[in-house]
Amino acid sequence: MIRFLYLGLWRDRSRSLFPLLTVVFGVMLTVVMFTWIKGFEVGFLATSARLGSGHVSVMSRAYADERDQLPNDAALAGAAGIMERLRRDFPLFSWTPRIHFAGLLDVPDEKGETRAQGPAGGLAVDLFSPGSPEPAILDLEPALVRGALPRRAGEILLADEFAANLGIAPGASVTLIAGTMHGGMATANFTVAGTFRFGAPAMDRGMMIVDLADARTVLDMDDAAGEITGFFRAGFYDREQAETEAQRFNDLFAASQDPFAPRMETLIAMSGMSQMLGWMDAMLGIIVVVFLAAMFIVLWNTGLMGNIRRYGEIGVRLAMGETKGRVYRAMIAEAAVVGLAGSLIGTALGLALALYVQEHGLDFSAMMRNASMLMSTKLHTHVTGTAYFIGFVPGLAATVLGAATAGRAIYKRQTSRLLKELET
Amino acid sequence: MADEKLIRTENLVKIFPMGSSKVTALNRVTLSFQAGEFAGLVGPSGSGKTTFLNIVGTLDAPSSGSAFVLGRTVEGLSHREAAWLRNRSIGFIFQTFNLLPVYTAYENVEFPLLLLKTPAAQRRKMVMDALDWVGLADRARSRPAQLSGGESQRVAIARAMVKKPPLLLADEPTANLDAENSHHILQTMEKLNRQLATSFLFATHDEKVIGYLRRKITLVDGRVAGDENCRARGAEGTEPC
Ligand SMILES: Nc1ncnc2c1ncn2[C@@H]1O[C@H](COP(=O)(O)OP(=O)(O)O)[C@@H](O)[C@H]1O
Ligand SMILES: [Mg+2]
Repeated sequence: MIRFLYLGLWRDRSRSLFPLLTVVFGVMLTVVMFTWIKGFEVGFLATSARLGSGHVSVMSRAYADERDQLPNDAALAGAAGIMERLRRDFPLFSWTPRIHFAGLLDVPDEKGETRAQGPAGGLAVDLFSPGSPEPAILDLEPALVRGALPRRAGEILLADEFAANLGIAPGASVTLIAGTMHGGMATANFTVAGTFRFGAPAMDRGMMIVDLADARTVLDMDDAAGEITGFFRAGFYDREQAETEAQRFNDLFAASQDPFAPRMETLIAMSGMSQMLGWMDAMLGIIVVVFLAAMFIVLWNTGLMGNIRRYGEIGVRLAMGETKGRVYRAMIAEAAVVGLAGSLIGTALGLALALYVQEHGLDFSAMMRNASMLMSTKLHTHVTGTAYFIGFVPGLAATVLGAATAGRAIYKRQTSRLLKELET
Repeated sequence: MADEKLIRTENLVKIFPMGSSKVTALNRVTLSFQAGEFAGLVGPSGSGKTTFLNIVGTLDAPSSGSAFVLGRTVEGLSHREAAWLRNRSIGFIFQTFNLLPVYTAYENVEFPLLLLKTPAAQRRKMVMDALDWVGLADRARSRPAQLSGGESQRVAIARAMVKKPPLLLADEPTANLDAENSHHILQTMEKLNRQLATSFLFATHDEKVIGYLRRKITLVDGRVAGDENCRARGAEGTEPC
């Protein structure tokens, strides 16, 4: 009987081909959409962590409350001591201090007069200490556009677009004008060693990267850090673990009333990403449901049309003594075979496409000129375990459900009526 | 209720709803048939012939009255029991042949045996025997689209008789055939009736079919208007139908 089912599907392509193509297409699209959104999410998190505040970040409560303002007057003092403690008690992460600051970059001419000027965002990281994880985390080499990486104190990197706007090239001298931790004014001269482009618009427009020691000197932040940034040693963001560790850290200071006591924040909690990720997950859910519903409707109608075409066959089979239940089950089995094949092929094609884009990426930079998020313009898909069944299960379910719904017509019609359709 | 007769109906009534009104397709039909008959329901289109066959064949239930078929009360059968009875004991032959188009002649004939779960070796022999019977053993691998009308109907006969049922119901079996093919399949059925003692009940208004009948029941507007025994072709005795 299974042979008959298989022969029927194989020889009557209208019974199998169109539903198969529908399932293949729907499943493939679901898989691609899913991995695309996941890739977006993962890329977004990775870039935010790398160029922003790590997977978790320790800062003073006062700093955390007004993080957007870069309130370095509320920076953590005694950073080395906190670092030591974090390294000992929170070894899941590699820890490194960072200072985010803002200032004005001034380009002087030969006479020392201002030739060009622009507001700069500053990221101070530990570039030179032996054992600093920053060179590996920031991975500056591939982002370098012109010049070289800073090799000694007083050398900085500048966003390439920013440097072009200021009309300067590597080797140029610039003056940073910024506020110190204690509310004073500071100026310092730097040499532009090179320019960078990360492919993250917020970073590429007006940022400078400065060595931490230089920044501490200029901003009067000896042994202070705006944030002590932690990166999972495993390399990728683990939302649950980040939350657990942050909770564990914050519990240590729960009794303290000190507004400058340290607090650990997670990547997602910072900068309101949790809402955005929640929104993306909701989008994913909607996409899957919409595809499922669309596939179901198409397959249901295909099933209905197929049944009308097959009333005669059904009638004859009933006349030969097959029960309605058996005919019904045979139709569902047919659908299951088609759904299984279609879902397999669709998942395979979708994954192949997704894996290709995961490896090679798609460049969206032209579309993202004005984005202010720390996000790569090169889009990658991200294939997770879920991708293997996010399309497969709905594909199979929609096919079977479609056939099951369409097949109910068999029960609604009188057997004699089914045969009546055959008379001329 | 035990019954010597192959088929017996009592005051069989079938009413179909027709929009707001009703159509009485069968009106108190009382008939009985013995094993081995070669009988036909004859009458104009719409006189209730198909309806009678469908009820006897357990494809439809009567509105009132009762029908006994092969020792079973039709109106008391569950859906499954009816399927079982059709599967084991009743063969159908239709006007439009109704071969399953995706399957070969062989597979079409094999289908009822699969439902009966006949073992493979026995199945093979039975299918080939049935195709031999209708003279189409050499077309076993052909698909219905490759067969002529006459060949298709012969495959349909093979499919109906492969399980050697005691009763064959044939609804206008010659309506889509030319004269030569009509005679050919009627002779095949007559041979089945004689050699395997298969009982036949026809529904027809075709004179060619009527010529082969040994009993002719005339239906008019769902009522029995005549019931006569007649002489089989080439036999001595009563008048031909
Ligand atoms: N399923 C049905 N629904 C409604 N009316 C039907 C149905 N089947 C048959 N009829 C009606 O019942 C009457 C008898 O039909 P039928 O038994 O097919 O006649 P015949 O086979 O002698 O041509 C006709 O008037 C036909 O229209
Ligand atoms: Mg009829």
